Amino acid sequence: MLEQYMPIIVLLGVALVLAIILMSLSRIVGPFRPNKTKLNPYESGMDPVGQARDRYSIAFYLVAMEFIVFDLEVVFIYPWAVAFMQHGVGTFFAMVVFIVILFIGLIYTLKKGTLDWDMKNIKFEATKN
Amino acid sequence: MHDIIAFLPGVIIAVVGLIALLMEAYKKSADQIYGLTIAGILAALGVAIAALFGDSGTAFTGMIVYGGVASFGAVVILLGSLFSVVVSRDYLMEIDLHRGDVYSMILLSIVGMLALASANDLISFFLGLETMSICLYVIAGLIKDKKTGAEAALKYFLLGAFATGFLLYGIALIYGATGHTNLTEIAAVAEPTLMFMGGSALLLVGIFFKIGAVPFHMWTPDVYQGTPTTLTAFMATAAKSATFVAFVLIMSRMLPESDTDIWTNVIQVVAILTMVVGNLIALAQDNVKRMLAYSSIAHAGYLLVGLAAGTPEGFTGVLYYLFAYTVMNVGAFSVIAYYERNKGLDFTEIESYAGLGFKFPLMGVLLSIFLFSLVGIPPFVGFVGKYYVFAAAINAGLIPLAIIGVLASAASAYYYLRVMVYLFFKDSHKEYSLKPASLLFSSAVVLMAALTLYYGIEPVLPFSGLIELISSYYSL
Repeated sequence: MLEQYMPIIVLLGVALVLAIILMSLSRIVGPFRPNKTKLNPYESGMDPVGQARDRYSIAFYLVAMEFIVFDLEVVFIYPWAVAFMQHGVGTFFAMVVFIVILFIGLIYTLKKGTLDWDMKNIKFEATKN
Repeated sequence: MHDIIAFLPGVIIAVVGLIALLMEAYKKSADQIYGLTIAGILAALGVAIAALFGDSGTAFTGMIVYGGVASFGAVVILLGSLFSVVVSRDYLMEIDLHRGDVYSMILLSIVGMLALASANDLISFFLGLETMSICLYVIAGLIKDKKTGAEAALKYFLLGAFATGFLLYGIALIYGATGHTNLTEIAAVAEPTLMFMGGSALLLVGIFFKIGAVPFHMWTPDVYQGTPTTLTAFMATAAKSATFVAFVLIMSRMLPESDTDIWTNVIQVVAILTMVVGNLIALAQDNVKRMLAYSSIAHAGYLLVGLAAGTPEGFTGVLYYLFAYTVMNVGAFSVIAYYERNKGLDFTEIESYAGLGFKFPLMGVLLSIFLFSLVGIPPFVGFVGKYYVFAAAINAGLIPLAIIGVLASAASAYYYLRVMVYLFFKDSHKEYSLKPASLLFSSAVVLMAALTLYYGIEPVLPFSGLIELISSYYSL
């Protein structure tokens, strides 16, 4: 039964060999002038090692929230798009309902000003005690 | 179409919740959304009550059940939600939370509860539980500018996510052992193998966390304390009822008849721990909300006694107790919210209740009714609920469990009556006046007190009706 795992082992081997080839090629062919920032692991522009109590813009979270709306939509629509012809009209309307609900979520976040990043326009709620 | 009608209360609430969200986005006034919320819950409640007398079956290719237990669960959940939303307005206005999105969040969590209380499949069970919980995490953190609110939300979220992990792992193991997620299909093929037992144990851990049973109760007092009081009532009644109804469904449908012992032994131990620990710690509380939080842990223990019996009678007792618990607990929390909404005065500690009973007799008397009912004293519905649960345990041969339960509930009289001692027998030298309650608020609280009294005096009819419902449901 271990033969079933053969393709995975082959894949692992290819990945390893390919990675070694690519890394050594770039080292041999390309210029190599390291500095501290260049040697950092890549984390989408954030400092990979730092204080947990850093402050960063709330816009990161707002974008993440919008992203979830579209991300979820895609996650469900792909398998549905492949299979819905076999399942009839019901699944079509089910998907319509799903998209409408997500769309309402999107309207809500937009109306609440998620993409309105001009800080002059944002009124901060005064915190009362 | 048949599916939609089977889940009609949930569909109504979901549509109303989304409309409320849109209305909030287009800046409609909170009062309009509040009115819509109440109308939606009333409509769903009407449909659920009608469904109680209709037929029962499964829908969405066996994912949910309707009628019988599920409809009764929906009625209890919607009743608890209705009362807690109605009494919320005055209180939330005072703390600047009378906002449309709060009500739409409540509605969306009710959708989760309704799905949870009609789950016939471990997947729909999980889906309902998460829909409910995620909305409740938000509700727990509504008071953002106080430490207790932030603590409540963070604690609830982190521990809740942790418990969900256990639950999901349990579902995965049960699926691995049986190859099914549908409750009845699992029951047909389940055998007490190690994998199935392990899965059941993890599933139980997840459920015990959500109902706040000892030793998974640590989040309850902090979360209940930090949440806005009327919404604490919502969390303590509707959410707990939904989880218990799902528990009843899983116990009665997923376990093969011969194997219920495996679970009931565990549930007995947890029930004893929950009743004893909940009541003992409640004795030492001076903060009224924390006292009620520990009391709600203790009540989860009494409910577990009915489940430990593992008989249809026990399950019926649990359902009846949920109804009783919902009415009296929302009532008690509402009166506390009535006191708390006076901003200058601090009503968190029990000392501050001194003399309130004679100064403001209506609310004092109503709070006493709810507290007497929570103790379980005869002419109130709390007694009837306890009677059915303990009687089921005795008939199932669990006499030691019933004795411990009765002793624990006798101990609970101390901390409930202590509030009344402060209300009526202690004098306060401070001079102050309370904001008058709105007509809507007082009539809702009076109605809850009336239900507490009525079903305490006339309990037999609904119970025999329930027994019939449950037995018809078993032949499904």
